[in-house]
Amino acid sequence: MRYLPLTDADRREMLATIGVRSIDDLFRDVPTSVRLPGPIAGLSSHMGEMEVERRLGRMAARNLAASDAPFFVGAGAYKHHVPASVDHLIQRGEFLTSYTPYQPEITQGTLQYLFEFQTQVTMLTGMEVANASMYDGSTGASEAVLMANRVTRRNKAVLSGGLHPHYRAVIETTARWQGFRVAGAPVDADGIEDLAALVDKEVSCVVVQNPSVFGHVRDLAPLAQACHAAGALLVVVVTEVVSLGLLTPPGDMGADIVVCEGQSLGVGLNFGGPYVGLFATREKLMRQMPGRLVGETVDADGKRGFVLTLSTREQHIRREKATSNICTNAGLCALAFTIHLTLLGERGFTRLAELNHATAVRAAERLARVPGVKVLNDSFFNEFTVMLPKPAAPVVEALAERRILAGVPVSRLLPHAPLCADLLLVAVTETVSDDDIEALAAGLEEVL
Amino acid sequence: MVQSTDLSQGRRAAATAPVAAVETFTGNRGLQLEERLIFEYAHADRSGVDLPEPPKVKDRLGGLRRRGAIGLPGLAEPQVVQHYTRLSQKNYAIDSGLYPLGSCTMKHNPRLNERMARLPGFGDVHPLQPQSTVQGAIELIGALAGWLTTLTGMPAVAMSPAAGAHGEMCGMMAIAAALAASGEGHRKTVLVPESAHGTNPATAAALGFSVKPIAATADGRVDVAALKAALGSDVAAIMLTNPNTCGLFERDIREVADAVRAAGAYFYCDGANYNAIVGRVRPGDLGIDCMHINLHKTFSTPHGGGGPGSGPVVLSARLAPYAPRPWVVRDDAGWRLAEEDGAAGDDQALGRLKAFHGQMGMFVRALAYMLSHGADGLRQVAEDAVLNANYVMARLKAELTPAFDGPCMHECLFDDDFLKDTGISTLDFAKAMIDEGYHPMTMYFPLVVHGAMLIEPTETQSKHALDEFCDTMLHLARKAKSGTAAEAFKAAPLLAPRRRLDETLAARKPILRWRPTNQGPGDGPLKQAAE
Amino acid sequence: MTTVKYTEEHEWIRIENGVGTVGITDYAQEQLGDVVFVEVPEVGRTIAKGEAVAVVESVKAASDIYTPVSGEVVAANSALADAPGDVNLEPTGKGWFFMVRLADPSELDGLMDQAKYDAFVKSLA
Repeated sequence: MRYLPLTDADRREMLATIGVRSIDDLFRDVPTSVRLPGPIAGLSSHMGEMEVERRLGRMAARNLAASDAPFFVGAGAYKHHVPASVDHLIQRGEFLTSYTPYQPEITQGTLQYLFEFQTQVTMLTGMEVANASMYDGSTGASEAVLMANRVTRRNKAVLSGGLHPHYRAVIETTARWQGFRVAGAPVDADGIEDLAALVDKEVSCVVVQNPSVFGHVRDLAPLAQACHAAGALLVVVVTEVVSLGLLTPPGDMGADIVVCEGQSLGVGLNFGGPYVGLFATREKLMRQMPGRLVGETVDADGKRGFVLTLSTREQHIRREKATSNICTNAGLCALAFTIHLTLLGERGFTRLAELNHATAVRAAERLARVPGVKVLNDSFFNEFTVMLPKPAAPVVEALAERRILAGVPVSRLLPHAPLCADLLLVAVTETVSDDDIEALAAGLEEVL
Repeated sequence: MVQSTDLSQGRRAAATAPVAAVETFTGNRGLQLEERLIFEYAHADRSGVDLPEPPKVKDRLGGLRRRGAIGLPGLAEPQVVQHYTRLSQKNYAIDSGLYPLGSCTMKHNPRLNERMARLPGFGDVHPLQPQSTVQGAIELIGALAGWLTTLTGMPAVAMSPAAGAHGEMCGMMAIAAALAASGEGHRKTVLVPESAHGTNPATAAALGFSVKPIAATADGRVDVAALKAALGSDVAAIMLTNPNTCGLFERDIREVADAVRAAGAYFYCDGANYNAIVGRVRPGDLGIDCMHINLHKTFSTPHGGGGPGSGPVVLSARLAPYAPRPWVVRDDAGWRLAEEDGAAGDDQALGRLKAFHGQMGMFVRALAYMLSHGADGLRQVAEDAVLNANYVMARLKAELTPAFDGPCMHECLFDDDFLKDTGISTLDFAKAMIDEGYHPMTMYFPLVVHGAMLIEPTETQSKHALDEFCDTMLHLARKAKSGTAAEAFKAAPLLAPRRRLDETLAARKPILRWRPTNQGPGDGPLKQAAE
Repeated sequence: MTTVKYTEEHEWIRIENGVGTVGITDYAQEQLGDVVFVEVPEVGRTIAKGEAVAVVESVKAASDIYTPVSGEVVAANSALADAPGDVNLEPTGKGWFFMVRLADPSELDGLMDQAKYDAFVKSLA
């Protein structure tokens, strides 16, 4: 076994040092009735690298990779080009194979990049403080509601009808088992809902996504005012973080908590995970934040250094009184995110956002010319909703057979909303070429 | 997993010991390079990415175009590569050497797993592509689920939890769902041994259960008599780690499981230490109802500086109906993800824990690890992990004080009795290990042992590496007991990229982000420190 | 005439004119280590004996402060927000937490006086 350094001679010598005759003597606390006499049946035996590659390679080959087709799939995960150096750097063993930075003297590398990450997140979102990441956007959104409940000592959350249905389901699941109420607004495919009307004195927060899952971009400042007037918090969810290169940041519109899915930068599609959640808030709410925080300090020689801080909020100290049970964050994905953003810089990031938007505008204009297709959005960033003259799911399947990945049929996310059956979400990032847009338009013309 | 209750940490120790370093002009020391923050290199006109000119269009941003700059720093690619390379060199890692962090399982991370996760068919597929275009990806989840249920002897597994603590949440929600379904929602007490990970009581409390701690016996195991006495009609579940956080197998676990079941409660097993028994014991044979599996521990997916993790939860037949969506189905048409409930609304699923389908990237790595080892190799993994831990315990007990007698499982636990009257704490001892080139063991956990030192060598260390480690630990213990070394221990580490950091300052005046007013390395914070 | 009483949770309460000032003892601050954060109750809040009304945090530990008596909070030491170290420097002076107007002075009867508290602390060593 290539990963196990002990030889049989080592094992014999070590058993002798311990003073036992066999390895079974070390397992003597395990009841004999449950000790297995040999390898578990029904599973393969060990194999070399070549054989593992062959097996997994066969499975991988049965999937159509995003880069191998005109690609318009989004709805919370986006295909972007990731520079080569990102993957090179995150695979450095000192990052990849290090643990949570509990010993700050020998983990300054992790601590410093997390401090830089936190700073970048505050800049993008227009907020004052950010944590060192969450599992992903959806779980971050759920934690944001829990935080709002703690801050306001209320327990009812209003969810926008433009919130990603998976995010909504995660919050509803948390609500069901952790005991708070959820008032969900009706599905808002047109981007016209009035959430302010739902805010009363019992509401802890309003959760709204911008751009919405249907792509609409809205000024949230009036909603923020309505929330604050009622003593509630405004939680803004952003599932496409690249949009922050071009759009007014949620912090400037009065958000109290901002949660983003950071997958677009550095991370890749990965069939849904692991991703990275960004979580930012106002300084006055800092101590109610979930998750790890890195802070600046000095060492015994007075040199600048970084440490995990405010950890009394966390489970390993507070136990049943912790702000959250979260232990792990998304360290390595946060590293990929921060490296990609550092490579881009102000100029690259804003240009990337412009490029996404401009390409999406061109795609929307082209698709609007396909007979029977209607673009629902006035405003959008890099994703918009089109209404087809027939159910979208079979159309997407038919296009997939032609090796065009056309987008996400809304029915995949909302199977019980018959009015949405004909809707298709189309995401257009910088990776989409003019030829891809033409292929999609032509494909639709053929299938419809 | 690690925490410190030692109060001297962070207080700025007087530099009484000689600092074994020469002052340099740059502050660099040979290969050890000081590195400023990216913001301190910044130039707005620079970028490390070349992008095409965006086509000219009339924007459709709804009047919400950003005004003003974001403030991001601009660096060219070589600067970025140097920055992160230098930062990486300030980290200890498994790739550097033995990383004996008890309960965290810092084993070797095979690079084949990284290569497999980056195959375009896994890494470059979207979770919402038509399922017909991702049959192999769904099959991979199904294959991993098959390995997990077979290895554990449990009928079902929920794959979506993003980490161990998330898996705990999933398992406890499933228990709450089962209780609600059987009209036993009044069961609101969860029994948690004192030695448990902090996540256990945090999870139970978050779900509205009240936590009742159960004492440990003198031999480091849960007090079965106390447990049985506490098993009333109000008890929903017990959360027990096995092997436990003292590195010991709960030998009465069958008796515990029977008592829990007889009392109408559920048995949550914290699988954080499953790596000690994988392939040798099937947790399903122990009578448990659910267990989360930290893929980053037992199945070697990289810890990555604190994540991402992945925490699938195996479920007993009586909990399986409540598993969260989505799950994988295989039928005549092929592989399928059951994502949303049927129109009938008769669904028992507890809900959804996460967008999409789980930590796919971690699934690929874990399956590559399982295929590499096979059923035979995994058994050897557990045996070597236990052998290595017992070997370290046998060698170290010459100078250190084991907390409990008898063989341990995959990790060995010492208390600070051997440091009594030396003026040296567990924390000081750990910091001295840093100067000797080792990452310290887990300290001050579990809480049931005074000044705990929890050492987990893992199966991927050679005997040679273990001997060097033990020699070092014995040397440090003798030095500590010599009666003349307290100041040296208190001053450690001297040779790491940083000496002890002032955590009090960090917590009293939190600086959680860089601001333009910070002047540069050492400058801004020093001024604040001297306030 | 002022009276000072102590609890087994290492809080002190000093009574003057029916108002009790509450803080933690020197022993408690030493056990906690450097205090980094204190959360005090809102003025005007009605609190019940034994209720967790304040929080004191060091780098590695967080403790709830339980009010030794019932009543209404009439003052809170907001200066601790900027100077939590006062709890270490002057636990029975500048490091006070809050003042409460006693609802039931007989609640003091169950508390320890100075001599009893000193003996209690000694028994912990």
